[in-house]
Amino acid sequence: MLSAMKYASPTTVAEAVDLLGYEPDARVYAGATDLIPQIRAGRPEPTVMVDLKRIERLCAISGNGSNYTVGAATPTADICAHAGLTAAFPGLVEASGLIGSDQIQSRSSWGGNLANASPAADTPPSLVVNDARAVIAGPDGERTVASADVATGPGTTSLGPAEIIVEFVLDEPPARTADAYLRLIPRTEMDIAVVGAAARVTLDGDGRVAAAAIALGAVAPTVVRAPHAEAALIGNEPAGDALAAVEAAAAAATDPIDDKRGTVAYRRQVAGVLARRAVSIAAERARGRGGQS
Amino acid sequence: MTVTEPKPSYKYVGTRPVRHDGLEKVTGRARFAADLNMSGQIHGIVVRSPHAHARIVSIDTSEAEAMPGVKAVITGDDFPAVEPGHRQYDMCINVIARDKVFYEGHALAAVAASTRDQAQAAAAAVKVTYEVLPAVLTIEAAMAPDAPVLHAHMMTAGADPPAEQPSNISNVTRFSSGELDSGFAQADLVIEREFTTQPVHQGYIEPHACVADTGQDGHTTIWCSSQGHFSVRSSTATLLGWENTRIRVIPAEIGGGFGGKTTIYLEPLAVALSAKAGRPVKMVMTRDEVFRATGPAPGTKLRIKLGAKSDGSLVAGDAYLIYTNGAYTGSGGLLGAMTVFESYKIPNFEIEALDVVINTARSAAYRAPAAPLTAFAMETMLDEIATDLGIDPIDLRIQNAVTEGDPSTMGFPFARIGFVECLEAVRDHPNYKAPLGPNQGRGVAAGYWFNIGESSSATVNLNEDGTATVVTGSPDIGGSRASMALMAAEELGIDVHDIRPVVGDTEAVGFTDTTEGSRATFATGMAVVEACRRMVVELRGRAAKMMGVDIDDVDWVDGQAVYTGSDDEKAPLSVAEITAKAKRTGGPLTATGSLEAHGAGPGFAVHVCDLEVDPETGVVRVVRYTASQDAGTAIHPSYVEGQIHGGVAQGIGWALNEEYIYDSDGVMENPSFLDYRVPVASDLPMIDAIIVEVPNPAHPYGVRGVGETGIVPPIPAVANAIHSATGCRIRDLPMSPVRVLGAITSNGGSNGA
Repeated sequence: MLSAMKYASPTTVAEAVDLLGYEPDARVYAGATDLIPQIRAGRPEPTVMVDLKRIERLCAISGNGSNYTVGAATPTADICAHAGLTAAFPGLVEASGLIGSDQIQSRSSWGGNLANASPAADTPPSLVVNDARAVIAGPDGERTVASADVATGPGTTSLGPAEIIVEFVLDEPPARTADAYLRLIPRTEMDIAVVGAAARVTLDGDGRVAAAAIALGAVAPTVVRAPHAEAALIGNEPAGDALAAVEAAAAAATDPIDDKRGTVAYRRQVAGVLARRAVSIAAERARGRGGQS
Repeated sequence: MTVTEPKPSYKYVGTRPVRHDGLEKVTGRARFAADLNMSGQIHGIVVRSPHAHARIVSIDTSEAEAMPGVKAVITGDDFPAVEPGHRQYDMCINVIARDKVFYEGHALAAVAASTRDQAQAAAAAVKVTYEVLPAVLTIEAAMAPDAPVLHAHMMTAGADPPAEQPSNISNVTRFSSGELDSGFAQADLVIEREFTTQPVHQGYIEPHACVADTGQDGHTTIWCSSQGHFSVRSSTATLLGWENTRIRVIPAEIGGGFGGKTTIYLEPLAVALSAKAGRPVKMVMTRDEVFRATGPAPGTKLRIKLGAKSDGSLVAGDAYLIYTNGAYTGSGGLLGAMTVFESYKIPNFEIEALDVVINTARSAAYRAPAAPLTAFAMETMLDEIATDLGIDPIDLRIQNAVTEGDPSTMGFPFARIGFVECLEAVRDHPNYKAPLGPNQGRGVAAGYWFNIGESSSATVNLNEDGTATVVTGSPDIGGSRASMALMAAEELGIDVHDIRPVVGDTEAVGFTDTTEGSRATFATGMAVVEACRRMVVELRGRAAKMMGVDIDDVDWVDGQAVYTGSDDEKAPLSVAEITAKAKRTGGPLTATGSLEAHGAGPGFAVHVCDLEVDPETGVVRVVRYTASQDAGTAIHPSYVEGQIHGGVAQGIGWALNEEYIYDSDGVMENPSFLDYRVPVASDLPMIDAIIVEVPNPAHPYGVRGVGETGIVPPIPAVANAIHSATGCRIRDLPMSPVRVLGAITSNGGSNGA
């Protein structure tokens, strides 16, 4: 109903954390692209809506040659327009560009996408395969956790009541490394993933897989890794039997549900297909990156 | 455009001027119902049932009435009682429940308060005690011998022998011709198939909205978006027990209807709240309410058996069609029966169609109601027959297509129709022979809709400067204002942009039936032409007076009065010259036309769909689409193409992803456009529309309605193309990725060809 709520727009992380400390029913938002529809759908109204977009650090992108720091509330439109991020993490940037519509892109963010903890969110699988670390601020200062450890289940996170995600830190990928993200939706856009699959592959000089990460969305309560699928790639060319093994192991790594968007059997089968295809795309990209460091 | 017969050369008809209401709409200036606000207005909110089936034990409004800002609370008790047998019983108890609620979302009370938030809070405070009843959610459950009966009075209409016990089967329709057994005995190939489909919503972008202002004189004015404001008036009057004359309905612009705005939901509630509160009341549905409580088109179970000779000629057809119209009597079965075999010469057939009630929202018309589903069954089976007999699918249809003089299902002979011409247009189009890529398939399907006439009125007023205003009672849901202006321009010889087409309110123009059945350009167009022809007679008379000659010596040529007598030559008089002197020749120039239009020519369409199936995910992408349709004469070809595009877009959505999903208690699980998946722009290819023109002999310009037929072929065209791409016959809607992949995975199993 959006009637009796207060609005706060802190300009520093400390101010935001303070506010959350004494307003127990406050809700932070980065873009509010999930929060407003949830309230409209009848979720309890927060007493205070805390807008994080006015905090400079939360909307900044910086790189120092060895890693990137991306503010948790940075609009995904800015991320998609960033040449450095696009070159380093093409799959993560593609996933970022899939959230909502063009209009939503000016509001949506990695931090919101991760903290909303929807199992079907598009960017968390790619944040996971790229080993993005979330810097979290709270009353006791700042801590850094793997992005895989933020969501704990549908709609639940490991964040404390007065904690916010401030920014993400990603290492510049090594040579011959690239990622990819694919999602299955019945439409071409404006939809929610029935299955999402992110893969990142590092090739050795002979074109064999030296390192691999595969993470799946919408097929379990949280993003799941597919360690057996990753292991099947190591030391092999990303083709033929290795890819078939990826498909089977990725499908086996899922723990999906039946709902209005898909069935257990469908999600499992398609998770394998998308994992295999994402690995192929990532490997193809990695092959073109021999000279990069 | 395919022109099949020579037609008169027109100056305006068949051209593509910018529509008169176009600039207002693209600049956002057009006023839709929710854009209207009145001084002193308050806001109404509907209280809806959370249960799919329940008896209302009591409604306690006392707490709600005491809440801040609340000005009025109403329940079913504020309306006259209705009994079964009442002319509009279903509509009355649907708009506001009386003793029972029949579906989740069923309106049972309403609250008006100073702000919408206050009204929402008060609506939540209305205390309803329910006796929850078992919900009947499927056709099978409704027809089970021990099924809970929704309506104790429902004795199956049309049952033979007559029904002795109430049931959930509201009516039975039967048609037959020839001798079925001997028909099948002649067949070399007999196939029998079953199909299921789910309810779908019309998906109009504009939610239902209205403002009602009831005065102390007991009269009310309603501003609302609808396809027919005269019908809003009479239905609202019926619910309130008022005379029509106490209600004036002013049509707002309409943001999509597709049949779904041919009935009412909010207006009587707004009037009753306004009467109680003494203030104008505005009501606007949320999207959630639109999905739960308005619309849908029926779900079905269909079983058809067809027999064909080895040369392809159809000899027998047996159809058993079950439609569910939600919780009330509906016409799905009747319309299914009227369309299933209508397009083909089948000498021996029997059709039995049932309408069944279940605990879901009351169905409403949706573009060619019922026909897309019978086409899904019939046209996919014809595809199967064509494949089995090794006959080209278009040739098979040409061989069996009805033409002028053939009997319809109900026995009437067809007048001149353009079915074969539509088939030939697609057969001869490059799309039909274009090469296909890997995992791609091509499907062909035809469609039919009979179109209707009904009552229409029009008034033509000539302005002092020689321009004209054309007032009709047909809400413009697809470009009909442009059509009216073009026909008036042709008749009067006035430039189309010097004509202002206006949709008049219920007190400003003669009675006009709802814009439905693809009737506006056909029937209201006839009323406009009639009014214009009377105006031409008047103009000739005025000109004769000005010239001082006899009217019989004045003709109307290219927008001018021309003297044809043998006296000295006289300068022709333009409309502007005549209107300038109107005060001296008899006063204002105005003419009306009003009629009951007959001879709405049936519309036929033939579509070809190319699509690509991802064999590993079941995702279907339509890559090319060509649609032919007989428009009779296209008054404004762009809007004929627009109607074809719209029908195709909605049909593709229906084919691939759209469906109502309910949980086991009958609560709708996907009441938003996120999970109720209409196609977005990027889901569709450019759609190539071929306008076929086989003029309708009953219309002065040869018009056939074009609004509905275009939604009939897409579902089977998509299904046939999926078969072509994958070898799988899918007979259940929607053909979602889950279902397509399931069919591919088990190919050769139950879904195999």
